[in-house]
Amino acid sequence: MAKVHVTTSINGEPMEFLCEPSDTMLDALRGPLALTGSKEGCASGDCGACSITLDDRLICSCLMLAVEAQDHEIRTIEGMAQGDKLHPLQQKFLEMAALQCGICTSGMLVASDALLKKNPEPSEEEIRFWLAGNLCRCTGYDKIVRAVMETAAEMRAQ
Amino acid sequence: MNLVTNNKWIGQRTIRPDGMDKVTGRAQFAADTTMPGMIWGKVLRSPHPHARIRSIDTSKAEKLPGVRAVVTARDIVDFPIANGAVMLGIQDMRWMCRNVMARDKALFPGHPIAAVAATTEAIAAEACKLIEVDYEVLPWSIEIDDAIKPDAPVLHEFNKFDGKPSNIAGRLEHKKGDIAGGFKKADIVIERTFTTRPVHQGYIEPHACLISVAPDGKTTIWSSSQGQFMVRAMTAYLTGIPQSDIRAIPAEIGGGFGGKTIVYLEPLATLLAKKSGRPVKMVMTREEVMRATGPTSGSKSTVKIGATKDGKIVAAHGTFYLQAGAFPGSPIRGAAGCSFTPYDIPNLLSEGFDVCSNRSKVAAYRAPGAPIGAYAVECVMDEVAEALKMDPLDFRLKNAAKEGTKAAHGPVFPRIGYIETVEAAKSSPHYAAPLGDGHGNPRGRGVASGFWFNAGGESSAQVNITEDGNVVVTTGHPDIGGSRAGIANICAELLGIDYRRVSVIIGDTQTIGFSNLTGGSRVLFASSIVVTQSTEKIIQTLRERAAKIWEIDPEAVKWENGAAHPVSPNAGQFEPLTLEELAEKAPAMGGPIGAGVQLNTTGADGGFGTHVCDVEVDVDLGIARVIRYTAVQDVGRAIHPGYVEGQLQGGVAQGIGWALNEEYIYTREGKVDNPGFLDYRMPVCSDLPMLDCIMVEVPNPKHPQGVKGVGEVPLVPVMAAVANAIYNALGKRFYALPMSPPKVLEVLEAPTREAAE
Repeated sequence: MAKVHVTTSINGEPMEFLCEPSDTMLDALRGPLALTGSKEGCASGDCGACSITLDDRLICSCLMLAVEAQDHEIRTIEGMAQGDKLHPLQQKFLEMAALQCGICTSGMLVASDALLKKNPEPSEEEIRFWLAGNLCRCTGYDKIVRAVMETAAEMRAQ
Repeated sequence: MNLVTNNKWIGQRTIRPDGMDKVTGRAQFAADTTMPGMIWGKVLRSPHPHARIRSIDTSKAEKLPGVRAVVTARDIVDFPIANGAVMLGIQDMRWMCRNVMARDKALFPGHPIAAVAATTEAIAAEACKLIEVDYEVLPWSIEIDDAIKPDAPVLHEFNKFDGKPSNIAGRLEHKKGDIAGGFKKADIVIERTFTTRPVHQGYIEPHACLISVAPDGKTTIWSSSQGQFMVRAMTAYLTGIPQSDIRAIPAEIGGGFGGKTIVYLEPLATLLAKKSGRPVKMVMTREEVMRATGPTSGSKSTVKIGATKDGKIVAAHGTFYLQAGAFPGSPIRGAAGCSFTPYDIPNLLSEGFDVCSNRSKVAAYRAPGAPIGAYAVECVMDEVAEALKMDPLDFRLKNAAKEGTKAAHGPVFPRIGYIETVEAAKSSPHYAAPLGDGHGNPRGRGVASGFWFNAGGESSAQVNITEDGNVVVTTGHPDIGGSRAGIANICAELLGIDYRRVSVIIGDTQTIGFSNLTGGSRVLFASSIVVTQSTEKIIQTLRERAAKIWEIDPEAVKWENGAAHPVSPNAGQFEPLTLEELAEKAPAMGGPIGAGVQLNTTGADGGFGTHVCDVEVDVDLGIARVIRYTAVQDVGRAIHPGYVEGQLQGGVAQGIGWALNEEYIYTREGKVDNPGFLDYRMPVCSDLPMLDCIMVEVPNPKHPQGVKGVGEVPLVPVMAAVANAIYNALGKRFYALPMSPPKVLEVLEAPTREAAE
C-alpha cells in the first residue's frame, strides 16, 4: 500500500501530500489536506458540492484522481476570499439569502466564480444552465440565480 | 393584512449568523470533523427485500487485520414486540431497534445486518464482505396494491387487521356530519383515484457521525440531525448508555426536510466505538442514503367531493393508503388530517391506512403526508370547479375555512389567514397575466391550496450578556432554514441594539435544556417564545441594575434603544445607562447578567397557502416545464423575509420535482434501481423559473411576534397546482405522479383515452 507523493499548488500555495493511487482529489482535499469546504454529496459528479477549479477549469473533485493534481493548480472555496475580504459573490450570497443549509454553497460559489470569469455578463438562462450541475435542495435556486446576476452587474460596474 | 412596519430588525433581511462560515467553507458539517485515533465504520446491508436471518458468522471479518470491532443486532438493546410500545415522540423504539439493525428478518434491500469498524474505510468495507449471513429468502411486496392483497407476504405476523395477519398497521379517521346524507344533497359528485411514488427528501449531505466512547462510558457524538436531543435519547435507548453520559453535539446540517428526525448510524457507531475503544466515524454513501433512509410514502388515494349547483361543497370522502415501509408509521395523520382542512365541509370522512411493505421505513418529509392528500383533494377540487363552471379560486373562496370553522381533525379555528391567501392569489399579477405564446407548445395554469398543522412543543433558550455588553443566545434546535437569523432579529429588536451584537448558537445536549426536534415548522415559533421571555427577564434585570445605581424605583426605569432611561418623575435627571455600561458594572451590581427559559410552547396556529402555476408542455418530448410560479402563504409574521421566502421557494422546488420527475424505481428483484442523483432526478437550476412569493401576514395572536410556522406549508399544494396546470394546457388529466416525459408522451400519444391512469 505504498502511497503516492504529489506536488501541486492549492489556492496559490505550493503543497505536497501523500495519497492512495485510487483516492479522488476530493478525498485528498478532505483528508490529508484538511480542506473540508468541498463537500461530498454523491461521489459521482452529479451534485457539484465538491466543485473546484483545476488550472481555472471547473470540475467535480470527486471525478478527478488526486495524483492528477501533480504540477497543476487547484483552487477551492477556501481560496475564494482574500484574507478578510470576501469575494463579491460571497458577499452577495450573504446579503441576498442565497444559502440555507450551506452544504451546496461552496460548490455554488466556486461554479459561479468560474462562470463570471468566463462570461462577465451572463443571462439568467446562461446562469441556470451553468449551475445545472450544482444541486441545491433548500432554495429552489431563485435567490442563488439573482445573487449571481446582481454580482455580475456590480462587478461590471466597477 | 396587518403589516407591522415600525420595527428596526424584525422584518429586516439581515445577514444570517452562520452565513460567513458557510460562504467561506469553514462551516463544520457532520462529515467534516476528525478525532485523534479515529477509525472508520461501515454497514453490511441486506441484498434481499424480505429474508429471515438464520445466522450471522462474523469470525472471518473479525480476523481481518485492521478490524477493531463488529456489531450485530445482538449488541443493540432489544425492545420486544410483546412488551408494547416505547415511544419517543412519534417513533416506537420497538421499530427503531429493528430498523437500525435487522433483528430476525431483513425487511428491505439495504436493511443493516452488521457493522464493522476498522483502521481504514477500505478495510471496513472488505470486512463486511467476509461476514457470512444465512438468509431464508421470503416472498415480498413493495407496492400498496400488492401489500394489501389477502395472500400478500406479511412483514410482521403479529400485526392484525380485521382479526387477520396483515400489512395494514393502522387506520385513522376524521369524521364530521353524515356523508351519506351529504352526498344526497349534491348536484354534482366527482370521485377519482390517484397514486404517487415514493420520493426522497433529497438532502445533499449524506448521514454521517463521529463518535467517541471513553472507558467509563462517557460518549461524545458529533453528527448532523434535526435534533441533538433525539440523537441522544435514541442512542441511549438503543445502547443502554444513560442520557447524562451522552453529549450529542449538533454539527451544521446539510439539509434534512424531515429525513434527519431519526437515527441510523449513531447507535452503531457508538457500539463500535465502545467495543474498539477508538473514535469511530461513519459516513453514508449516496447509494446508502437512497436505499436505506427516508423516503416518504408512495400512496394510493381516492377522493370524492359533492357540491351543489351554486358551488357549495356538501360532502367529501377521502381514503388515503400510505406506504410505511418496513415498519408501521406512515404519515396518515398528515394525509387524512390536512387535505380537506382549507374548506368548511359539513359532512366529511377522511381515512388513512398505514401499509407496511418491503422498502425502507418512511421518514418525515416536509408536512408529512399532507402533500400526498392535498394532491388528490386539490385535483378533484379543480374538476368540481370546472364542472360547475366556476373559477377555481372563487370555488375555494366560496368554501373556505375561516374563524369559527370546525376542522374535521378537531380544532375550531381561531383567526386564520386562508381566505387572505386565496384573495392574494386572485389579485396577484400572475393570475391576471395572460399565459403567453408557447409557440406551438400548449400552456396552462393551475391553482391549489394546502394546509399544515404546525407545532409548538419543548424549547429552551439561554441569553447571556457578555462582559463587554454584547449578547450570546443559545438555543437547542438545529438550524435548518435560517432560524438563527430570525432569533438574532428578535433579540436585537427587544434589546434595542444592532443585530450584529447578537451571536446565536445551537447548544449541545449537555449545555442547553431539552429542545424538541427541528420539525413541524416549530423552530422559530417555539424558540422565539423562549428567547423573548429570556430577553424580557434580562431587560428586567437591567432596569433593576440601573435603578440601583440611580437609587430610584425599578418601575421608574424604562429600557429603550439599548439603554436604561429614567422616566418621570426622574426623567432627564440621569444620563442613560447603556447595555455596555451596565455589563461593565455587573460584577459590583449583583453579578453576571443572563436568563434562561424552558417551556412546552403552545399556540402554534396552522398554516395555509395557495399557489398559482403556469406550465408549458413540449408535446414532442413530453416535457412539462413550469414557466411561472407564485406561492402565496399566510406566514403570520415574516421575522426575516429573505428566509421565509426561502422556505416557500424551497418547498415549491421540491414539489415540482415530486410532480414532474422524482420517483423510486424498483427492479424486478425489489431493489431501488435509481439510487443516485443522476437517475433520481431532482430539479436542477435550469429546470425552474424564478419562484415568486406573496407573504400574507395575519399575525398569530398567541405568539409574541405573531409567528406562524412557514417551512412545510409550501410543499403541500404544489403537485396539485402543477397537475391542474398540465390539465389546463392539454385538456387531459393525470391521476398518477410523476408526470414525467414518458408518462406525458404516453397520454399525448393515446388521444382517444379520456384520461391517463
